[in-house]
Parts: sequence; structure tokens; C-alpha cells
Amino acid sequence: MTELLEPRAIGRDTVRRDGEAKVRGTATYAIETPVQHPAYVHPVQATVPLGRITGIDTSAAEAIEGVVAVLTHENAERLASTDDREFAVLQSDEVAFRGQVVAVVVAETSELARQGADAVEVTYAEQPHDSALRVDHPDLYKPEKINPSFETDTAEGDVAAAMATAHVTVEETYSTAMYHNNPLEMHATTALWDPSAEVPLTLWDSTQGVHPDRAAVCEVFGLEQEQVRVICPFVGGGFGSKGTPHAHVFLATMAARAVPGRPVKLGLTRQQMFSLVGYRTPTIQRMQLAADRTGRLQAIAIDVVEQTSRIKEFAEQTGVPTRMMYASPNRRTTHRLAALDVPVPSWMRAPGECPGMFGPEVAMDELAERLGIDPVELRIRNEPERDPETGKPWSSRNLVQCLREGAERFGWADRPPAGHREGAWLVGTGVASSVYPTMRQATSTARIRYEDGRYVAEIGAADLGTGAWTVLPQIAADALDVDEGDVEVRIGDTRYPIASVAGGSSGTNTWGSALTVAAREFRTKFGRSPADGDEVSGDVDQASKDDAHAAYAFGAQFVEVRVNVDTGELRVPRLYGVFGAGRIINPRTARSQLLGGMTMGLSMALHENSVWDTRLGQVANHDLAEYHVTVNADVGDMQAHWLDEHDPYVNVMGSKGIGEIGITGTAAAVVNAVHRATGIRIRDLPVTLDKVLTALP
Amino acid sequence: MKPFAFARPADAAEAVATVATEPRAVFLAGGTNLVDHLKLGVARPDLVVDVRRLTSREITDTADGGLRIGAAVTNSELAADRRVRERYPVLAQALLAGATGQLRNLATTGGNPLQRTRCVYFQDVSTPCNKREPGSGCSAVGGYTRYHAILGTSAALPDPTAPETCIATHPSDMAVALAVLDAQVQVLGPAGARTIPFAELHRLPGDDPSRDTVLEHGELITAIDLPPLPAGARSAYRKVRDRASYAFALVSVAAVVADGEVRLALGGVAHKPWRASRAEEALRGGPVADDAVRHAMDVELTTAQPQPGVDGGNGFKIPLVTRTVVATVRDLTQETQA
Ligand SMILES: Cc1cc2nc3c(=O)[nH]c(=O)nc-3n(C[C@H](O)[C@H](O)[C@H](O)COP(=O)(O)OP(=O)(O)OC[C@H]3O[C@@H](n4cnc5c(N)ncnc54)[C@H](O)[C@@H]3O)c2cc1C
Ligand code: SF4
Repeated sequence: MTELLEPRAIGRDTVRRDGEAKVRGTATYAIETPVQHPAYVHPVQATVPLGRITGIDTSAAEAIEGVVAVLTHENAERLASTDDREFAVLQSDEVAFRGQVVAVVVAETSELARQGADAVEVTYAEQPHDSALRVDHPDLYKPEKINPSFETDTAEGDVAAAMATAHVTVEETYSTAMYHNNPLEMHATTALWDPSAEVPLTLWDSTQGVHPDRAAVCEVFGLEQEQVRVICPFVGGGFGSKGTPHAHVFLATMAARAVPGRPVKLGLTRQQMFSLVGYRTPTIQRMQLAADRTGRLQAIAIDVVEQTSRIKEFAEQTGVPTRMMYASPNRRTTHRLAALDVPVPSWMRAPGECPGMFGPEVAMDELAERLGIDPVELRIRNEPERDPETGKPWSSRNLVQCLREGAERFGWADRPPAGHREGAWLVGTGVASSVYPTMRQATSTARIRYEDGRYVAEIGAADLGTGAWTVLPQIAADALDVDEGDVEVRIGDTRYPIASVAGGSSGTNTWGSALTVAAREFRTKFGRSPADGDEVSGDVDQASKDDAHAAYAFGAQFVEVRVNVDTGELRVPRLYGVFGAGRIINPRTARSQLLGGMTMGLSMALHENSVWDTRLGQVANHDLAEYHVTVNADVGDMQAHWLDEHDPYVNVMGSKGIGEIGITGTAAAVVNAVHRATGIRIRDLPVTLDKVLTALP
Repeated sequence: MKPFAFARPADAAEAVATVATEPRAVFLAGGTNLVDHLKLGVARPDLVVDVRRLTSREITDTADGGLRIGAAVTNSELAADRRVRERYPVLAQALLAGATGQLRNLATTGGNPLQRTRCVYFQDVSTPCNKREPGSGCSAVGGYTRYHAILGTSAALPDPTAPETCIATHPSDMAVALAVLDAQVQVLGPAGARTIPFAELHRLPGDDPSRDTVLEHGELITAIDLPPLPAGARSAYRKVRDRASYAFALVSVAAVVADGEVRLALGGVAHKPWRASRAEEALRGGPVADDAVRHAMDVELTTAQPQPGVDGGNGFKIPLVTRTVVATVRDLTQETQA
């Protein structure tokens, strides 16, 4: 148990510290980094999904005035490590997926680089490829672990026996589509290789973590940490796609090393992002639920089939939330992968929990329907006292309170009957639970210095637009017991002490813990009247730690859906979320995170779908005009609320992390509402109007 | 992307002459479609001729009680014009259902009907496409066909390798409204001026899918004329799409209901704005109750060809377009009775 920081700055609705610079346009993003006389890099992408390059003719590109260099596997430098085949750019003639980079053109302007890229002639020996995920794919295999290091399969009791004897069962298959993260700011790297400088390589990269970025680049190029500096003050969103570097970071570095002393800029196009920066695998989820007549679960099982790329494994942990969400004596989760000739999947906002709270939460609704029990009540009846997976007590678990408060705010008790019609619209309401684990990373250090009468804290953290610039000073102020205005926090540079990746909703928990350790050390060492230049560092591993509890944030989402009786068009007049996510550091940035997550969940429910063209081996709708994300007009009243939750086990701030929970459960709530409106149970996302058309009068 | 020369002629005649003499020249208006295509390599002109300031930006009353819209009038200006909103609600509604405010501020009356298909394969130069590269084949057949045609396609079961195959749709909302309004297109070409009935401006793919319209190289749209609608006529545009805003139509309907007459044009179903003349014929003089409209649409859709595809195909468009027409006509007639 930890004594929580006395909240003074924490909990205040302060404005974003970076807001003004962003609104004025003075915040510089990676591609805009002001550098002297930059060259521009444009990739050439493979146009076959599998095969070998039989020839690359770069002469036409090189003949263009203004083209500085063309790099291919034939002339590119040999990398120190090619273990990671996504990172091993331009090292061989193999093409492992369509869209893979086979050359880059470096030129005086971005237009010339693009023109040069068009002029590179590549011939291939194409091989038959396999890019279609199927539940009965013959090569399904069991990965050793699932992201990041969970057991692949778990089992307890006998699910089959419970299914055979239970009062009511649900056995259905659900699927989620392929999704692309699509942050607003496209991935970009500005790179400078100056061999004579003390730090020869500088990268201005749009990344969720400057230190992890640097580590990967050092490994691939055989450089020492001291030889590389990564800078990233601002990020225009990442949603996991900037959590690890992707091919373009290595290509930019390689291009910079090919023109020593001259900075280069590589900005991916939106279309290129659909094959080069990760995506969420499609998932197929076979669910089994068994319950007694009171609704108590006797069995819960999920068998997941999903894909990875043949060159690099990423195993989305889709079944993981089923392991802990509800009480049940018999349980099973499995994950099987098909390794296909496809781009490399990766993290996308709430990997695991986001797809993994779809099938189960729709299945719970189907179970409630078959039992004739209210779906809110059904969830409450299956509330586990301890974590069913580990047997540990919860650090705090307020799912029931979230459900109750949400039901109250939404007016759930008075919801209209199934099939209710108002004018040209069928009206339905739905509910689903949300969950996200509370995490803290093992590595992060903060340095605090007293400078010109202020406290300056430095840590290589990242703000993806999430609010780190704003909330870290709040935490530091309370930890130092000073006014927020007396604290400055500097982030986004490897010159500052090491910080973990902004991922897993762990940033604030981790960096905030390091800051509080440093603050405590500072006060111990220098008291309350420090001298100018006094400085200490603090590591997260010195922060109090609790392994005795299972720590998660929970939530409940309620949605009202309208379906047009003539056309099947879907609208969402109301979407409410209530979350128990520990102490909220800043209500303003928190609200944006939760609403943002819910919006993305709604988007997944109704629109998002990277349509995979199995013939070509690529996403057909690869731009934002055709890959639809939810727009404002789709939704009416969106609200995010939170409980005043006090959790003394998670960390000294009492915070659980809020970046991802909002996206979990939303899509299931929408599907459940559409069922109530129309009587149709849509088990395959997205819910598009053609899927409800046949049910309309 | 490839370099091109850029010209800003003094007047429309010079612009026409400039384009006519250069086989790989194009006109540039708002640029909201063309500039994308330049970047993607879909359009590879040698010369881009800016006509933005060379045609009229006025909307004027015509002697017959209609309107003449200069080709440079923006979509925003046109949709906001009081005369358009009062006399041709179908047009104002169609314009406002298209794109976004920012795009409509740039998009022009001449450019909008000439925007090219949104077929994803057309826009991806790494895939075969008869429209972009004649004779290369059609990648859409059997591919992602959600936004593709069900009417007027080249063959019953299109052959993806045949040079005439194209199942693309025309994406403009405005054009569907102009088709139902019997608009006339004023054109200036190397051989002088001519008038083209709007319904004849766009082509079906026929044996040359690369040609969207009947315009000859160098022909410039200078204005579009709207004839008056019959007294008491009501009109509306209904667009059904995958999200509430900022998406192209899955199907759309432009309808005019006047005494004893129903006029219908359909979007999202064919290579051109589709005037549903068979349905109009079936409804002429008769009652316009739901059943009658449904029946008329059955007649219209007898030749419809749903396309299978990797995403489940577009067969849903057949019931969807009928339902949308029925609802639109119902709303208009109820409005008339009220
Ligand atoms: C993301 C996005 C979403 C969109 N959504 C919609 C939508 O929902 N509905 C919709 O209808 N549209 C939509 N649009 C398309 C938009 O309406 C068109 O791009 C626009 O109307 C084109 O007009 P422009 O003046 O910009 O044409 P330009 O891009 O300048 O030109 C288009 C074509 O017309 C030719 N041209 C232009 N003017 C003339 C002329 N006077 N005479 C002869 N040829 C000429 C050009 O050479 C070019 O080939 C969308 C566009 C984008 C980018
Ligand atoms: S449908 Fe037409 S535009 Fe699309 S790929 Fe086929 S030929 Fe090209």
C-alpha cells in the first residue's frame, strides 16, 4: 500500500502547456524540423506480394537533374544486424509483401524524389502468395508467447463438459476487421549523419519513445548509444504505430549516411502508411459461454485466429481479457496465427483488449437475451471477487459501479423496447464493459535540477498529443510540494534520462513514478531551500511496487443507435462511458483521451475496415477518402465520466492509465444496440448498412 | 509525379487554343481532383492550363426563367444562392452532400461534373486499369466493388482482362442533380461553341472506358444552364453513404415530382449519372404510391448487374437504391399534399 501524493496540482483542469504553440503553428513536427539545405527521400515500393527482384534499373532516376542518390539492395550499406526483418531494409532481393520498400531516391526536393522514385524500374520473379486469413487456414500455428509476453493458451476446468450440461449456452464466431492506426501526422523522420560531430547521428523522428527508437537504430546500424540522438518534442498521434520504429526510420538513417553532412527528410504518404507502419490484425473469435438459469457463468472460452507476417511475428493478445473479466469455474483461451505474405502487424491502441472485448461482450449480450436477464444485471452477477486468472485480489475493481452509474446517467431502466420506432428510425440501446490493465514499465529515470529559482525536470518521455507536457509538471509539482508554475518538465530528447515508450497506457504511471522518486531524493538531499544547480535523478524501480494485486481500469459504455427504416443508415445519437481508472491527473486531457478512445471504438464499430484485396495482397482502400473513420455528424451526445476512485496499490499518483480503455467495448455496445433496434445480430465488424438492410420493414 | 509546364492564358479562347494544340495538356480549375491525380501519377500531363479566372463566376437569370451558372462559380457559392435553394433544392442539397466545406470552397461548376471516378484501382498506378491505362485490364472486377456500378456496365459478367471492361461509377453528387434538371452544358472548343444536354455529357464505358465524357480534347465548359422546373414542382436529393458526412454515395437519388410527372436520376450505380427513364415512363400519369414506385424501380433495374467482390460485392445496391427512391418520392409527394 502506498500513501498517495496529496493532490494539489494533480486533479486540476489546467490548460495544455503545448496548446498555444500548436494552435499558433510554432510547434515543429519531425518533417518540419528546420535544418540547413535538406535532401528529400522517397521510397519505391514493391508491386508484387511475394517474389524476388530480378533487376533494378536506376539509370533513368539517376539521370534526373536533382536526384542525389538512389539506394537499392545492390548498393545500400550492409547493416550490422538484420535479425529484425522489418528493420533490415534494402538488404536482399527478397520481396516478402506488397508495398515493401525496394529502393529509395534521395533528391533536392520532395517532388524530384517522387519523380525519381517513379523512374526506378524494378522487375520481379513473382511467386504465388498467400495473404488470406481463414479460420481453417492449414498452417495455423501456436505462437510461443503473445504480445508482449503472455501465455498463448490457458485452460482451467472443463469447458466442453459445462457446455454440454449448462442451462443456456452461446457458441458463436465473431470477427473484427483489419485496422490501420492512421494518426493525423504521417510518419516522418529527419536525419543528419555528420561523422565529424561528437554525436554523428541525429534523428528528428515522430515517435512514441525516443530511447526505444535510439536503441533499435543503434542495434541495426551497429552504433553506440552516445553516437545517436533522437529528438521528438511533438507527435501528431501514434496510436501504437509509432511505438516501435518502422522501415522508414532505418531508410532515413541509411539515406543520411549516404549523404554525410547533409540532412535528409523522409515523410511517408498516407497511402504508404497502409503497408509500412503496422496495423491491427483481423481477428476471428470463437466464443463459448455456458450459464445456469440465474445467469451465472459456468464456462467462458475464446479461441482466437489471427494473422502475422511471415517475416516478423506479432501475436495480438486478443484472448487475454477473457481470462480475467468474469467469474467462471471453467475457462479456456487459445491463440492461433497464420503467418501470411502481408505487411507486419503491430500495436494499435489497446492491442488485445480492443478486439478482445468485442466477441465476449457481444456474446454476453446474446446470453442475456437467451436468459431474459438485463445485460447490465448479467454482468453484475458475474463479478469475480478476485482475479480469476491469478487468484489475486483486485487493487480496485469498480465495474459494477461503472455499470450502475452509466445506467443511471443513460436512463437505462426506461430504455425503449426492442424494435422501437420513432418516425423513420428504429431505436436501440446497448451496453458493454471496458477494461484495460494498469501497467508501469521497468525503466525510466527523471532528473530534477534547481535552476534560476525553478525546478526543471528532464525525462525522455513522449507526448503524442495525449497530455504528457501538461500532466508531468502537475505530478512533479505535487511531488516537490511546490506551485505548478515553479516546475518545468522537458521531454522528447535522448539527451534527457531514459524513458519508456508511451504505450500500454503506462506513460504517466511510469514517468510520474520516476519523477516522484527524483523529487523525494531531491528533498532528502537538498531540503526545501536548494542552491542553484542542485540536481538528482530518480528511477522508477525505486518507486513502491505492489505485486500482490491484480490492477486494471474498468468501464462501461452505453449507446443509443438509430437505424433508418428505409436505407439502413446508422446514427449514434448518444454514447456514454463511465470509467473507474484511478485518480484522474487532469480532467481536461483525460476527457480527451477517453472520448478519443470511445470515438475510435465507434469508428471500429461502424466504419473502419482495411479492405484486404486477397488477389493483389494489399489494402484496396488505402487513403482517408476511402478508409472511413467516424466523423462528427455520425454521433450526437458523447460523454465520458469517471468515478472518484482511490487505488493505493497502483502507484503513488493513484493513476491507472486512460489512453486505451475508451476504445474497448465500444464496438460491442454498438452491435448490441443495433440488435435491439433491428433484431439482427451482426457478428462481423464493421456494422454497415447493407448488413441490416434485409431486416428492415 | 512528373514535371509539367504551367500556363495562365489571358482568356478562355486562348486557353482552348493552348490545350487544343498540346495533346498532353489539361485544364485546371479548383484543382481538388486534378492535383491529387498529379501527385498520384494518375494524371501525367505535360502542360497544365489554369482556367479558374477565365470563365464567369456569376449566376444569372435567363430569359426562359432559368439560371445560367458560370463555370468558375464554386460549389459553395452555388449551394448558397437563394435562387438555387428556392427553385432547385435538389441541386443545393446535392452540392451540400458532397465533400466538405473546404473542398466545396475550391470546387467549381465546370470541374465538379468532370471529376473522375473514385475507383481505388484507378487511383493506384500499381494496378491495371483500363480507364487510366487503356488495354491494361480492370482490377476492380472481383476486387473491392462496394462503390462500383450495377447498371450500364460493359458485359453481363465482365472480363477483367478485356480492354473494354470498366465497372466504375461517376462520383459527383452535383451531376446527378444536373441530370434530373435537364441542364444544358455550354462548351467552347477549338471548333467553336456548342451546347450539350447534360444527360449526354457523360458516357457509359462502351468500348473505351478511358473517356468519361463526350467532350473533345480542348473543349472547355464555360457555363451550365438550368431550365425552369414546371410550376409547383418539388425536388430533393437523397444520398446514402457509409458515414453521415464526407463520403461518396453508395447510392443517391435526385428526384423531381411535378403534376403527373416524376423525374429520377440515380448516383453511385453507373459510369454516368443515371437518368431512370424506364422508371419515369412506368410512373407517368399514374399514382406514385410506394408500390407503384417500387414496381417502376423493378422495371428500371431489370438489367442491373451486381458485382461480386472481396468485400462481399455490391448486390445490396439493388434493394438499397429502390428503397431510397421509394422514400424520396414518398417524402416529396407527402410534402406536396401537405
Ligand atoms: C476527399 C474528397 C471527398 C470528396 N467528396 C465528394 C463527394 O462526396 N461528392 C462529390 O460530388 N464530390 C466529392 N469530391 C470531389 C470534388 O467535388 C471534386 O474534386 C470537385 O468538384 C472538382 O472540381 P475542381 O474545380 O476542383 O476540379 P479540378 O480538380 O480542377 O478539375 C477536375 C477535372 O475537370 C477538368 N476541368 C475543370 N474545369 C473544367 C472546365 N471548365 N472545362 C473542362 N474541363 C474542366 C480538369 O481538367 C480535371 O480533369 C471529393 C473530393 C475529395 C478530395
Ligand atoms: S472499374 Fe474502371 S476505373 Fe476501376 S479499375 Fe476497372 S477500368 Fe479502372
